[in-house]
Amino acid sequence: MSVLVDADSRVVVQGITGGEGSFHTRQMVEYGTNVVAGAVPGKGGRAVEGIPVYDTVAGAARAEDADTSVVFVPPAFAADALLEALDAPLDLVVAITEGIPQQDMAQVYRKATGTDTHLVGPNCPGVITPGEAKLGILPGNIFHAGDVGLVSRSGTLTYQVVDNLTSRGIGQTTAVGIGGDPIIGTDFVDALELFEADPDTRAVVMCGEIGGEDEEAAARYIGEHVDTPVAGFIAGRTAPPGKRMGHAGAIVSGSGTGTAESKIDALGDAGVPVGDTPEAVVDHVETFR
Amino acid sequence: MKLHEYQAKGVFDEAGIAVPDSALASSPDEAVDAAESIGYPVAIKAQGQVGGGMDLKGLHVEDVLVEAAVDFDDELYVGVTMDRGEGQPVAMVSTRGGVDIETVAAEEPDAIVREHVDPLFGIQRYESRKAVYEAGVDREVAGDVASILRTLYDLWAEKDATEIEVNPLMVTADDEVVAADAVMNVDDDALFRHPDLADMGETAAGDDLEAKADEYGFDYVRLDGDVGIIGNGAGLVMTTLDLVDYYGGAPANFLDIGGGAKAERVTNALDMVFADDSVEAVVFNIFGGITRGDEVATGINEALEQFEEIPKPVVVRLAGTNAEAGMEILNTDLVTVEATLESAVQRAVEYAEEGSR
Repeated sequence: MSVLVDADSRVVVQGITGGEGSFHTRQMVEYGTNVVAGAVPGKGGRAVEGIPVYDTVAGAARAEDADTSVVFVPPAFAADALLEALDAPLDLVVAITEGIPQQDMAQVYRKATGTDTHLVGPNCPGVITPGEAKLGILPGNIFHAGDVGLVSRSGTLTYQVVDNLTSRGIGQTTAVGIGGDPIIGTDFVDALELFEADPDTRAVVMCGEIGGEDEEAAARYIGEHVDTPVAGFIAGRTAPPGKRMGHAGAIVSGSGTGTAESKIDALGDAGVPVGDTPEAVVDHVETFR
Repeated sequence: MKLHEYQAKGVFDEAGIAVPDSALASSPDEAVDAAESIGYPVAIKAQGQVGGGMDLKGLHVEDVLVEAAVDFDDELYVGVTMDRGEGQPVAMVSTRGGVDIETVAAEEPDAIVREHVDPLFGIQRYESRKAVYEAGVDREVAGDVASILRTLYDLWAEKDATEIEVNPLMVTADDEVVAADAVMNVDDDALFRHPDLADMGETAAGDDLEAKADEYGFDYVRLDGDVGIIGNGAGLVMTTLDLVDYYGGAPANFLDIGGGAKAERVTNALDMVFADDSVEAVVFNIFGGITRGDEVATGINEALEQFEEIPKPVVVRLAGTNAEAGMEILNTDLVTVEATLESAVQRAVEYAEEGSR
């Protein structure tokens, strides 16, 4: 078992003919992901790596029975691509694109609310169920199948923590990169809900960072609804207020919301141990076993 | 991108919101001329280094906005921002204008009325009325304030703002409503469709290194420590900063080279960090996904081989894609290699301590 994606997922890649899109499609296929179609307006009828390309997502979904999309469309056109994917409709839409204007995302978010589609991202590395399928740009070789679910706002920090887990023999059910933007589809609470319902996920690692109040909301949710043990990590303890730390969403506001301290305290109150280092997070996970 | 007050007021003025008469001055003479033509009393407001600043009594100071002082009865607060948790814009009104609104929010949250707006519909007339009446704005000016709130929302949507704020919105004795201050932040990611606003932008003046980082296209934030930090990916770079602090050091900067960086970008990153005089040691932490270890190693070699003597010790940790190939390429006469994030940070902290002795 896993969450969101598995070997049966039928994947359409939006933006498959672009540089990023074609490179990562190759990588996804090599990993074993069942990529069944591409969707690029005006490029229908072509093939990339032997995968048929359609002009519309709806056309691709109909012809190839696709249920999942990965979006590599450039920021100026990404919101339109996401709305198209929501309209198809699909079960899961993973938006890799970084730099989508905030107001575009507010409209997409508004449209996604009330649909049954899981929107992951944008500005995320993707989703992987080790040994089955990967969606996005995650390096497949560092992941190993196991019983720990992982949810993270950051790509490379995910790799770091996964590397620490894997090197100590702890595999993963699914890793979900939820993205570093201020407005994202699936948030910590949504991912925790999925992992809680997955019988094979015996523990969860959540990697948060400064900015917003998603981690605080997750802490409240864990306190009320989650029995699966959770260990946490929060990046940005040394970040000064008012400075955007790389991610558009990683900013401590002038009024003092979004601090690492607030998140660490909230998680602590919910009984979630927070590691001072990535290695220490794995120590906590080991105590769960 | 934050607009200067005079720029934001220009945008407001164009949209039909009343602002005080004003003029920008780059010299004391200009300021006096402006004040005389506007008529005293005036308020003088620093605007940053708009046109290079001015010299005053031997000191270099910022340009100023010379503005007619407004004689007011009441000070309100109106604003529009993004509620990121809800993924929705929120329009705000308060009768506690003229003071720090964050303090009001913390101490008397009920004194600020928040009205969420559906981004697909835009602000409705009833929403603006509701916010204004529930905030307790005087009946005489409620219609005007509601109209200003709608105009601000429309500007927010049209200009891709992330935040618009008027504090204070002044109400004069004869019930005129004037925006005495103006804050407007525009989404950097949306500047591609607002060339007029992009032209107003200038690098946040003050820090040359941050300006240089903008040129290179790095996400860079300068801090006050002595351990220079370079890495890939926001979360991992933040973590590296945190670990420097955890092991007793002090981070000098945040520098994210981004995903898929080639050798030249790596070289530029090292040049940047060496350009900061306070740096005593550098830790280079790469976990390659789409970034390749061999490219990074080549970039580090190229950056360091240009020096007769390495300016400050560099500790490198490479993991992920092509890390092994990178290790073989890396000139270990020039750098210290560490296998883990933790050991690399500890080593850099030690070097920085030795260097600052």
